[in-house]
Amino acid sequence: MVVPRFWRERRYRYSLIGTRCPVCGTVYFPPRDVCPKCGRESVGKMEEVQLSGKGKVYSYTVVHQNVLGYKYQKPYVMAIIETPEGPKITGQIVDVDPEEVHIGMPVHAVFRRIGEDGKAGIIQYGYKFVPDEE
Amino acid sequence: MVGIVTYGSYVPIYRIKTAEIARMWGDKPEHPEKGLGLLAKSVPGYDEDAATIAVEALRNALKRKNIPGEKIGAIFVGSESHPYAVKPTASLIAEVVGAYKAHAADLEFACKAGTAAMQNVYAMIKAGMIDYGIAIGTDTSQGQPGDALDYSASAGGTAYIIGKEDVIAEINHTVSFVTDTPDFWRREGQRYPSHGGRFTGEPAYFKHVMSAAKMLMEEAGTKPEDYDYVVFHQPNGKFPYRVGKRLGFTNEQIKPGLISPYIGNTYSGGTPTGLSAVLDIAKPGDRIIAVSFGSGAGSDAFDITVTDKMNSYNRDAAPKVMDMVNRAKYIDYATYLKFRRMIVEVD
Repeated sequence: MVVPRFWRERRYRYSLIGTRCPVCGTVYFPPRDVCPKCGRESVGKMEEVQLSGKGKVYSYTVVHQNVLGYKYQKPYVMAIIETPEGPKITGQIVDVDPEEVHIGMPVHAVFRRIGEDGKAGIIQYGYKFVPDEE
Repeated sequence: MVGIVTYGSYVPIYRIKTAEIARMWGDKPEHPEKGLGLLAKSVPGYDEDAATIAVEALRNALKRKNIPGEKIGAIFVGSESHPYAVKPTASLIAEVVGAYKAHAADLEFACKAGTAAMQNVYAMIKAGMIDYGIAIGTDTSQGQPGDALDYSASAGGTAYIIGKEDVIAEINHTVSFVTDTPDFWRREGQRYPSHGGRFTGEPAYFKHVMSAAKMLMEEAGTKPEDYDYVVFHQPNGKFPYRVGKRLGFTNEQIKPGLISPYIGNTYSGGTPTGLSAVLDIAKPGDRIIAVSFGSGAGSDAFDITVTDKMNSYNRDAAPKVMDMVNRAKYIDYATYLKFRRMIVEVD
């Protein structure tokens, strides 16, 4: 990922900041400038909102054929997390054995390295998820 | 009153038993436990580094008491494993908490950069420059495979927010002691540090810890028995007991703040995390002395009193140090090498 693109998204990726439509109340993550439901009524009015980082596994898959840079983490779990605020977020679940993951499992967001641009490039940080403590 | 307003720690979930490291290098499995007092050490996950540990520790501190980013006037991050050689960790922390008006800087002083950060923030509060400041000690320390440090170099960190309102633990006094003592070092471009073997003991750790502790007690007018807890830098499980005995402290004063037997030496995170473990159990009125040590070499010492505000402070809002010490996933040496990026591949 090129440096400016990552830099533009850093706040959302670091702190799970999305947007809420003040007209209908729908929360979006990643943030949207316009609410697709309310259209022009929402233009210029979308409010930033920080998600709690809490959620439940809506669905997941165990990846054995890794994407570039994830060889040392395979097999790893990618999941769709349903948040109490509304948005469903795609993210990795870490610090877990893949066989422990199940639909409905409560998780919370943590701050991790997402990737790095080779050995000399920037390190990209952002959210992943871990199981809640029992 | 200047002191700790909130605090939080983070220890990665992964552990390697020192007996497993001994198996790998042909040492007797009981050697690290008997010789160094170390049972296991924490290992950062593949996607963890000193910055992610710093963020998790700080978020735990903010769960206990939220301080809005715009009130934060300073951020110091002490580490000897900052993810970048050039590009601050402190600016990442500022972004994470939205502290855009903060004075931010990274510190490095082997294992004492975390307490150096605490002293810097303390001084800025005392000078009236800022209302709140963040001090973090964090590390994913490196030990050369097969070296004595392979048994101890681990990962963890603690964040303190220091201020003057709603202080849960007052910093009564702090002093430092420093000399040019080359007991441990890493030259630019070298992957692993070097050390002076036994030289790291007497002229380095013991001399500096004892000098700082004695200087602090002399200036504060206190004696070892005036303290409920003492926290020393913990490069292994034995040095803290040994230095404590020589200074006149009992094992009972030392034990609650000694976590290296279970998670190893978290370097810049060491003394701050030991203090964090003590704050997890301390009561109002308890008096704590904390003495760090950083190779190269120096010690920072703190005289701290827990205040009545601890009663209304929400300690349970974040995991305590021992909670994190006890939740552990054990890995073997090969997985350890994988997580620590020690496997050499063709570029």
